[in-house]
Amino acid sequence: MDPKNTQGKHLSLEPSAGYDRKTIDYIQNAAAHGLYEIRGLGAKRALPHFDDLLFLGASLSRYPLEGYRERCVTKTILGTRYASKPVELDIPITIAGMSFGALSANVKESLGRAATAVGTSTTTGDGGMTNEERESSKILVYQCLPSRYGFNPDDLRRADAIEVVIGQGAKPGGGGMLLGQKINPRVAKMRTLPEGVDQRSASRHPDWTGPDDLTIKIQELREITNWEKPIYVKVGATRTFNDVKLAVHAGADVVVVDGMQGGTAATQTCFIENVGIPTLAAVRQAVDALEDLDMIGKVQLIVSGGIRSGADVAKALAMGADAVAIGQGILFALGCNSETYVQGGEHHSALADYEKLGTRPGYCHNCHTGKCPVGVTTQDPILEKRLEPDVGSKRVRNYLKTVNMELTTIARACGKQNVHHLEREDLVALTVEAAAMARIPLAGTQWIPGQEFGQR
Amino acid sequence: MSEITVDLAGKPVREVNRLLHDPLNGVTTVNVLNPDGAHNIAVGVNEAVKVEIHGNAGYYAGGMNKFADIVIHGSAGTGVGENMMSGSIRVKGFASNAAGASAHGGLLVIEGDAGLRCAVSLKGGDIVVDGNVGSFSAFMAQAGRLVVCGDAGDALGDSLYEAVLYVKGKIKSLGADAQEEPMTEADFTGVAELLAKAGLKHDPKSFKRIASARSLYHWNADADQEY
Ligand code: SF4
Repeated sequence: MDPKNTQGKHLSLEPSAGYDRKTIDYIQNAAAHGLYEIRGLGAKRALPHFDDLLFLGASLSRYPLEGYRERCVTKTILGTRYASKPVELDIPITIAGMSFGALSANVKESLGRAATAVGTSTTTGDGGMTNEERESSKILVYQCLPSRYGFNPDDLRRADAIEVVIGQGAKPGGGGMLLGQKINPRVAKMRTLPEGVDQRSASRHPDWTGPDDLTIKIQELREITNWEKPIYVKVGATRTFNDVKLAVHAGADVVVVDGMQGGTAATQTCFIENVGIPTLAAVRQAVDALEDLDMIGKVQLIVSGGIRSGADVAKALAMGADAVAIGQGILFALGCNSETYVQGGEHHSALADYEKLGTRPGYCHNCHTGKCPVGVTTQDPILEKRLEPDVGSKRVRNYLKTVNMELTTIARACGKQNVHHLEREDLVALTVEAAAMARIPLAGTQWIPGQEFGQR
Repeated sequence: MSEITVDLAGKPVREVNRLLHDPLNGVTTVNVLNPDGAHNIAVGVNEAVKVEIHGNAGYYAGGMNKFADIVIHGSAGTGVGENMMSGSIRVKGFASNAAGASAHGGLLVIEGDAGLRCAVSLKGGDIVVDGNVGSFSAFMAQAGRLVVCGDAGDALGDSLYEAVLYVKGKIKSLGADAQEEPMTEADFTGVAELLAKAGLKHDPKSFKRIASARSLYHWNADADQEY
């Protein structure tokens, strides 16, 4: 110890762990405004994640595939259980549901074009289907949400799949939220809301409660669409084992499980950070539920919530997912949290606009304000022009292509000719937490916390 | 002008829905016999056809209806006429919960009572109930009109947006942000028109108007964004 520091002088600057500066700021902010903080994106806290898993590449006991020469299949089929027209994707990486309203029409068009270029699907959101996204997307998943904003039979019939949304990872148990500044005339009309109203969507569906009702609701959607389209059921990850079982019992073709790292355009911070379970824990529970019901290969599983890279996709697939959905990664690809935006072929600085929001690139989570400095999550007529569909679609296409190449790189290294052949046996865990949640042995051991040695 | 009859006894509901979704080739009326409470009868109809359901229907009868005029000669289960876009649905008996949920257009007439959450999330349709409506009716109703000729249960019109409710009988309680307002000439005319369309005889002057106080429309979420 510094001999000069014996009077407790320096200790008088000792920070408190329980009441650190962030906590003090939170309390004083609450005291000043009498209102919780609302923000965008997902959980910021550190969580056990796919980073805590590693692949065992091939060596003597397994053959690798030649990285650049041998084929590695990525084709993915969803909805084989009841739908007469299952969805066929070229890659197992889809674009998650994000609403028109949260995103601008330009962004929705960019996503459709990018998804179509790489042979995957994109998804509507809480604001209904826009013509821009229908026309630009070869495969479009139409969400049926508690709010039913803009929900109508014509769009249902022109969708390629239907996703009944029970909840989302960022806020399981909560409804959507779109603050008044984002409710411009077009958004208001699509949602049948007065312009500028602070909109809180319902958290429960209006016409059904519980899994028995859901069974009938799913039948209704099938009857309306003549049993053609796959029906997905999306749940925010909480009691995932039970929820997946109930969704399967209710007749889902595909179950979408969204972990707590999943993003949102606007939700209370306390909700984002404290409700739900990590994607890593959820994916294992979901796969266990499907195994328990003998539904592997019959009901497909899409995992979302914090999927960023090809490695994350590979790990999700190895854990038992059939596909993943990406939301926030797509936003970042579009330029979210970038210092610049591209307009008229040139980069322009957005720093001043981040500053106006009291933030900087790398820290922004202000999607709820509608003042997105890079034009991604806005309905402002000037800001939305900062994201040009040509630029946006190219960036998203590049990103998805890269993620897919990374996925096949890992699959080949593990000796798989098909990314869907990745398996749990290819994985080990780096931390005790991840080993326990994913029930994958700790690297270099046979140990899975809570299980006898050697048992998987 | 031609009529067809589908007997659902021992048959799946697919039979009637397939028929209604295929080109109707001049068929103007489809009779459904022995519905026996089957769910999802005449859902997603997209043509101006008459559908007469002779008996009780289960959940979501006439769900997402467009253009068709559907009559249920019996009672209807949960979600009758849910998300209806246009056309009409008439329930001769009682309707269960969430009647007309999220309906965007058209007219739903219930000659008996309606259960809980009638007109929940209503988005533009008109609903006329000759009897009573249960609690939480018109919850978060955004647009459209609900006319109740009997009594309303608890929390009527909770979190209403721009939908307007007219009630003749007693209201057990109003929900958050719902308030009684004076009837205007336009209200009297509107109610009279709806009653006439529904074929019901009540004095429009005997109805109260309930609408949103709009105090929940905004809250100061623009709080300091330092983080
Ligand atoms: S840059 Fe835009 S999309 Fe990204 S967090 Fe900020 S407001 Fe949201």
